[in-house]
Amino acid sequence: MLAIVGTVPDRYFPLQAGPVSWQNEGLKIENNRFFVNRGTPALLAAASQAGQVLGLDTLYGFLVGDIGLGDGSRKLYEYLSHELPNSPFHTITFHYLQPDVDWHNKVLFAIEEMKDRPILIADAGFMYAAKMSGQAPAYDLFTPDVGEMTFLADEQAPHPFYTRGFILHDHNKVPDLITRAYEYDNAARCLLVKGEKDYVADKDGIHHIIDVPSEEAMEAIGGTGDTLTGIASALIASGMDIKQASFIAAKANRLAGYYAHPTPATSVEEIIEQIPMALEETLKEYCD
Amino acid sequence: MNFLNLLKKEKTSPQNNVHYDRGMLVFENTSEVIQAERVLKAKGWAVRVMGPPPEIRTGCDLVIEFPLIEELNILRVLQQANTPPLQVVPVSSPLLQPVDLFYMKDFGPYLMVRAANMKLTVDKESQTIVNVSGGGCPDVPYLAREMVGKSLKDAPSPREIGHTLCGYALQLAYEEMNRRCSLL
Repeated sequence: MLAIVGTVPDRYFPLQAGPVSWQNEGLKIENNRFFVNRGTPALLAAASQAGQVLGLDTLYGFLVGDIGLGDGSRKLYEYLSHELPNSPFHTITFHYLQPDVDWHNKVLFAIEEMKDRPILIADAGFMYAAKMSGQAPAYDLFTPDVGEMTFLADEQAPHPFYTRGFILHDHNKVPDLITRAYEYDNAARCLLVKGEKDYVADKDGIHHIIDVPSEEAMEAIGGTGDTLTGIASALIASGMDIKQASFIAAKANRLAGYYAHPTPATSVEEIIEQIPMALEETLKEYCD
Repeated sequence: MNFLNLLKKEKTSPQNNVHYDRGMLVFENTSEVIQAERVLKAKGWAVRVMGPPPEIRTGCDLVIEFPLIEELNILRVLQQANTPPLQVVPVSSPLLQPVDLFYMKDFGPYLMVRAANMKLTVDKESQTIVNVSGGGCPDVPYLAREMVGKSLKDAPSPREIGHTLCGYALQLAYEEMNRRCSLL
């Protein structure tokens, strides 16, 4: 089973843990509805769409409201540190959480107590905490964009906001950034770097570069990186090899963007609608 | 790999005593430190007063350690209390500076500005914010919800309603966008 951990941009959204469903273009967990927009809800919606294509049964969510004050995130960290040891998840994706190294480490200890080690995917704030804690190699997949890749490559930066200029200048040299991140143990076992070109890499080098179809506007659309992580999460939870799942997800996300005919003003919901068709087509082309 | 062992190993390493998610607030004099500490503790933040590292060459002999991610929110609170710091630096590397490089992309009718991990896109003609992307802190989806669809003039600035370093990066992109649009 796939679990997705993150936040909803509503300060009063209560901590919820349970199956997530997508109905009438909105997501629902327990009796709480919330809209997709971007962030963790966009990741959940994409994973839900991909899960339907792949025949995944339940999509499990751990969600809480947080608008950046960190209060909701800390409640969720505490809940996870108690609940994860007895949970049965095959794959866990950590997403928009207030980065907090101490709480991150407590959650990682809780995962160590699980009967079977799950596949661990991290993106957004939780990935920042994983890097800051020095525990990046404990993860199976990070899904940074290019701005976040420079942060992973800068061994001194505690957040992308403090990435050093000489590394930022290299934003078009993603392969060098990947090498540097592995050199300092600041990368997961596999990286899916999202950008003008998507890269699938590990410590041995780059395995895939995905650059078609290319929709320039995708870079400006909030949530397109979240949808990519959501599709990859669903594919990995279905049992696919992590590098292959990253490659298929990158292809399918690009194709979904292509089918949405996006402009920089397009919303991510329009792209999410195209995911089932795009994923089916990609699987047929590369996995049949 | 057993990451529990990794964690235990890391914990014994002296270099890992550095708190990578903490920052330091540097003030002109000790009375400002005391006042700022009182304000921040009253708001519930876990802060502590400590001596500055040798790299810090400004301010007095005390600094306040605080959760770095919440820099934007903390600076706003200190500003409101009339005790703004002279300088804010990460504990792990006090010489690091906030990002000051911007990446521009012109989409014809739209212009995108990126600062660090945050991107802001506007319609050049109407100067309406059409998208916010990037970032990983929980105020990013909130900021996007509050800003997208509004003009640069009418939208709340990230400095007003953001809380984290991602919000701060978006503020820099927002300021650069305002500067660029004023030249159009």
